[in-house]
Amino acid sequence: MTPLQKKQLKIALTHVALVLLSALFVMPILWMLTTSVKPINETMTSPPRWIPSQFQFWNYREAVMYGSEELGYIPFLVYARNTVLITILTVTGAVCSNALVAYSFARLKWPGRDLFFSVTLATMMVPFPVIMVPTFALFRWLGWVGTFRPLWVPAFFASAFSIFLLRQFFRTIPMELSEAAKIDGASEIRTFVDVIIPLAKPALAVVALFTFMGSWNDFMGPMIYLVDQKTFTLSVGLQAYQTTHGGTPWNLLMAASAMVILPIVVVFFFAQKLFIQGIATSGLK
Amino acid sequence: MNRHRDARVGILFASPWILGFLIFLAYPLISSLYTSFTSYSVLRQPKWVGIDNYRELYFDEVFRGNLVNTLYYAVGAVPLSTAVAIGLALLLNSKVKGMAVYRTLFFLPSLVPMVALGTLFLWVFNSDYGLLNSALRGMGISPPNWLGDPAWAKGTLILIAMWGCGQAMIIYLAGLQDVPASLLEAAELDGAKPASQMRHVILPMLSPVILFNVIMGIIGSLQVFTVPYVMFPGGAPARSTYFFAMYLYDNAFQYQRMGYASAMGWVMFGITLGLTLLSLKISEKYVHYEGG
Repeated sequence: MTPLQKKQLKIALTHVALVLLSALFVMPILWMLTTSVKPINETMTSPPRWIPSQFQFWNYREAVMYGSEELGYIPFLVYARNTVLITILTVTGAVCSNALVAYSFARLKWPGRDLFFSVTLATMMVPFPVIMVPTFALFRWLGWVGTFRPLWVPAFFASAFSIFLLRQFFRTIPMELSEAAKIDGASEIRTFVDVIIPLAKPALAVVALFTFMGSWNDFMGPMIYLVDQKTFTLSVGLQAYQTTHGGTPWNLLMAASAMVILPIVVVFFFAQKLFIQGIATSGLK
Repeated sequence: MNRHRDARVGILFASPWILGFLIFLAYPLISSLYTSFTSYSVLRQPKWVGIDNYRELYFDEVFRGNLVNTLYYAVGAVPLSTAVAIGLALLLNSKVKGMAVYRTLFFLPSLVPMVALGTLFLWVFNSDYGLLNSALRGMGISPPNWLGDPAWAKGTLILIAMWGCGQAMIIYLAGLQDVPASLLEAAELDGAKPASQMRHVILPMLSPVILFNVIMGIIGSLQVFTVPYVMFPGGAPARSTYFFAMYLYDNAFQYQRMGYASAMGWVMFGITLGLTLLSLKISEKYVHYEGG
């Protein structure tokens, strides 16, 4: 074999491996999508049927309107509205607060800064369940249980992981840029907003996307703090499709799941380039 | 005076986190340590009981089962998903056409919400109608009962963890792109085989990223909650998927035993801390820091 043939063979083998493995990774999602448009009697066949005899796209409408005697009505659109509201507030809070704090850790000088940063890193090791009980008691004392506030207010107070990620990024921006802005008479906040933030967009996108995913998918939080079915989020609400009596409408459940995933895939698709650029230039490597 | 003003501005910028740290971390940590020595349901005032909660934990069969399950899961899921994530990242770092599409495909599963993921996999692993078992039967393998057999249920969850390793994969990929091409070319000129390039160039360069991901993986897998909660209500079958965080949640919010739950939380924290320090200690020998 000539070196050229060898190289071509290597590329071909890489493609084969990539295609086979990505099929393995994507298959469950495809399965979700085909199940979501099947008639109910084709959801449980052996062997499984990949292509439905007819495509029931109205399953999606049915999933939104779904209700049964045992469950009552599942207000999918109400769940969706709740989730969107909480997610928007959380992402806004996280991006603003983490940017400010990380900027302070990366580019401002104050006594105790480096020690406090080490402590901040160490807090990433604290498992949420350890602080779950007092946090619940705190929100109960505030009268916030049953409202959305326990789910989004903490986002406005920054978080260790995002601070870490953004700080690494802010440190790569040359100090001369800040100094030049200061010589021009810009205040610290002006420098931050006009000089640093525009440069930090990829890193901010990473924080926004991680926060978005975390909030959109959060299950434990809503389960602990939300009481009334009308305040539920999508991730908790999805469970309502599963009945304990074995009568789960799988096609509707899959349609509902697909609708829950869709916004994340869309956001990722559009943010992808910024996202990978952000990871590559931030501290996560 | 300038330095004083600088310090004020710095602290002002950091104030959201200073407050967040005090309110949402320091206070709950101290409070939960105190609560762990009390008998406490939200409705009544905490009553001091000394080390009773910890003593009860020591003799609690269910808790012991949790401990074994959780460590089993962590020991299975962390190394396997690390290996898969690194393998995929290596593959995704090769120079062939259509890479953007492949990257998205491999990352897609980690975008799926845990709850949707749990319900989806109930379906894939279903022993009668599931996708996986049909495929296995088609290959002439008599498939296990993934969801109903205590011997397989944890394995099922570990497989699912491997499927969702996209986030770590992306981070490894970013790390791999940082390995200087000149270093690899030099190794190749010296006649280093791919395996030896891997061992002597790529893995050392990647080692800080591996350490970071492994530690985050340990912390995450000790807290595993949502997927087993959705897929295996009550830790079925035979409590083989009843994990730490689930029992803790049940004690706090089902049985109203907040003091007991807090004690459990501190044991969990201790184990997390121990394993993290152990990883850091082991890593000293292997992790290579640039210029360090």
